[in-house]
Amino acid sequence: MLRRRLVQLIIGLGLLSNGTNLLIFTAGGLTRAYPPVVPEGATALAKPYADPVPQALVLTAIVIGFGLLAFSLVLAHRVHGTAGSDDVDDVGRGR
Amino acid sequence: MKTLVLPILVPLGTAAVLMLAPKRPAPQRWISLAGAVLLLASALPIFLRVNEAGVQVLQISGWPAPFGITLVADLLAAILVVAVGVVGTTVAVVAFSGVDPKREAFGYHPLIQILLMGVAGAFLTGDFFNLYVWFEVMLVASFVLMALNRTRAQMDAAFKYVTINLIASSIFLTALGLLYGATGTLNMAELARIWPTVGAAGLHTVLALLFVIAFSIKAGLFPLFFWLPASYHTPPAAIGAVFAGLLTKVGVYALIRVFTLLFHGESPAISTLLLVMSAATMAIGLVAALGERDFRRILSFNLVGHIGYTTASLSLLTPAALAGAIFYVLHHIVVITNLYLIGGVMLRLRRTTDVAGLGGLYRDRPLVAVLAMVPIFSLAGVPPLSGFLGKLAILEGAFAAGAHWVGGLVLVVGLLTLLSMGHTWAEGFWRPAAGDVQDVAAPGMPLLAAIAALGAITLAMTFAAEPLFELASRGARQLLDRDEYVRAVLGGAR
Repeated sequence: MLRRRLVQLIIGLGLLSNGTNLLIFTAGGLTRAYPPVVPEGATALAKPYADPVPQALVLTAIVIGFGLLAFSLVLAHRVHGTAGSDDVDDVGRGR
Repeated sequence: MKTLVLPILVPLGTAAVLMLAPKRPAPQRWISLAGAVLLLASALPIFLRVNEAGVQVLQISGWPAPFGITLVADLLAAILVVAVGVVGTTVAVVAFSGVDPKREAFGYHPLIQILLMGVAGAFLTGDFFNLYVWFEVMLVASFVLMALNRTRAQMDAAFKYVTINLIASSIFLTALGLLYGATGTLNMAELARIWPTVGAAGLHTVLALLFVIAFSIKAGLFPLFFWLPASYHTPPAAIGAVFAGLLTKVGVYALIRVFTLLFHGESPAISTLLLVMSAATMAIGLVAALGERDFRRILSFNLVGHIGYTTASLSLLTPAALAGAIFYVLHHIVVITNLYLIGGVMLRLRRTTDVAGLGGLYRDRPLVAVLAMVPIFSLAGVPPLSGFLGKLAILEGAFAAGAHWVGGLVLVVGLLTLLSMGHTWAEGFWRPAAGDVQDVAAPGMPLLAAIAALGAITLAMTFAAEPLFELASRGARQLLDRDEYVRAVLGGAR
C-alpha cells in the first residue's frame, strides 16, 4: 500500500480488506460440520455449532468492500484521465 | 418508539424520489428541501420524547436485543439527529442559490440525502456492526460528492480522502471482528453489560487502541488528521459545509460512545493517550491555521483544532467535562457549517478565498460582513457568543477534573483561535481592498438566508445557553450512567 502508483495502492487496499474479512471469520471461531439448526424434538442448539453471525458479518463486509474497491478503481481511472499520471505525487504536484 | 426509524427512512425515501424525479434543477431542489424539512420534523418529536421519558429504543421487526437490530436514542443521539436535520435543511436552502450544473445533473441532491441518512443512522444505531455499515453509507456518499468534478486538485483530494477512509474502515472492522470473537455480541448495550467480565486486560487495551485509531482518523485527530485540510477545502461550499459540520462529528460521537460504554475509566493509559492526542491536535491545528492564507484552509485547520477540544474534554470522563464536550459539539456544528457557507459567499463575490485577494468586504458588502461576524467571533470565543460559553464549560470541566494543564492549553489555543479569526476578519473585511476589486457575482439570497438562519441559531444558543447547558449536563450524566441505556435496550422497553 505504500507504493506510489494508484493501481498498486488499490491492490493493497483490496488485500487489507480481505485480510480483515478473514480475521472476522476466524475470530468468530471456526467449527466444521455442525450446522446451526435445531434438531427435531429439541428446543435449543447443542453446544458445538457453527456460529452464523460472523458469516453474516463477513458477507456484509465483502459486499461493502467490493463496492468500495470498484469505486476506487473507477476513481483511479478518472484521476489518470484528469492528471495524465497514476503516480500519487505527480497528481498532487501539478495543480 | 416506532418513529425512531424515520430519520433514516425519510432521507432514503427522498433520495429514491429524487432519482425518479425529472433531472431539472427546480423539482430536484424543492423535493430535496421538502425531504430535509421532513427529516427535521421527524427528529424533533424524538428529541422531545427522549427529553421527557428517557432513552427510547426500537427493536426492528420485534427481534429482542441483543439478537435483532436495535435503534437507540438517548439525549446525545437525539440532539445530534436534530442537528443533522438543521444542517440538511440549510444545505437544501443553499442549493437554491445555485449548484454547479454538472454536479446537479449527476445526482448532487440524492447524494446529500444519502449522506444525511448515513449520519442519522450512525447516531441512532445501537449496534457496532450497524455503526460500521452507516459509516460506509456515509463515506460512499461523501466519496462521490467529493469526486463529482474533474479538476485536478479535487481528484487529488478525493483520492487521498478515499484511501485514508478505507484504511480507517478496515481498522474499525478488524476491531469489530476481535470484539465479536471475544464477547460473542456486537450490541452496544449487551457489550456494556458483559464487558467487565470478559477477556484479558491486554485484549481490552488492544481493542481500545484499535477503536481510538479508527475513529481518530475519521474525526481528524493528531497525528491522523492530515487528510482533512488536504481535502475539505476543495469541494464547493455547500458540500464542504456538510462534511465539516457533520462527518467529523460522527467520529467524535463514535469515540464518545465507545469511551462511555466500554472503556469507562478502566484503562487510564488509553484515556491519557486520547488526551495527549487531543492536546496535540488543538495546538498543531491552530498553529497551522495561523500559517495559512486561504480562508477555507484556515477553517479546515480550525476545524481540526476544535475537534481536539471535544475529545480532550471527553477523555477526562467527568460529567462536567463531558457536558462541555456535548455543548461544544453542538455549537461547533452550527458555526463551522456557517463559516464554510461564508467561504462560498466569498468565492462568489471575489472568485477566491485567499485572504490577500479579499479585503474591503466590510465597506462594499456590509450585510455579508455582519452575517459573517457572528460565526467568526463565535468560533474565536468572543464573549458572550456560544463559542465563549462552550470554551468556558470545557475549561471548568478540565479544572474540576484536576487537569490543569489541559485547562491552560485550552486558554492558549483559545487565544490562537482569536488571533486566527481576528486576522481573517481584519484582512478579509476591514482592510481596504487591494486595488480596484469588482464583485464577480451576487451571492444569491437563499445562501445569505441560510447563513442568517445559522447565525440566528448561534445567537439563540447564546441566549438560551443555560437550558441548553442543562440539557448537555443531563446528556452527559445519561452517558456516564450506563444502566439507563442498558436497561432501556435489554429490558424490552419500547
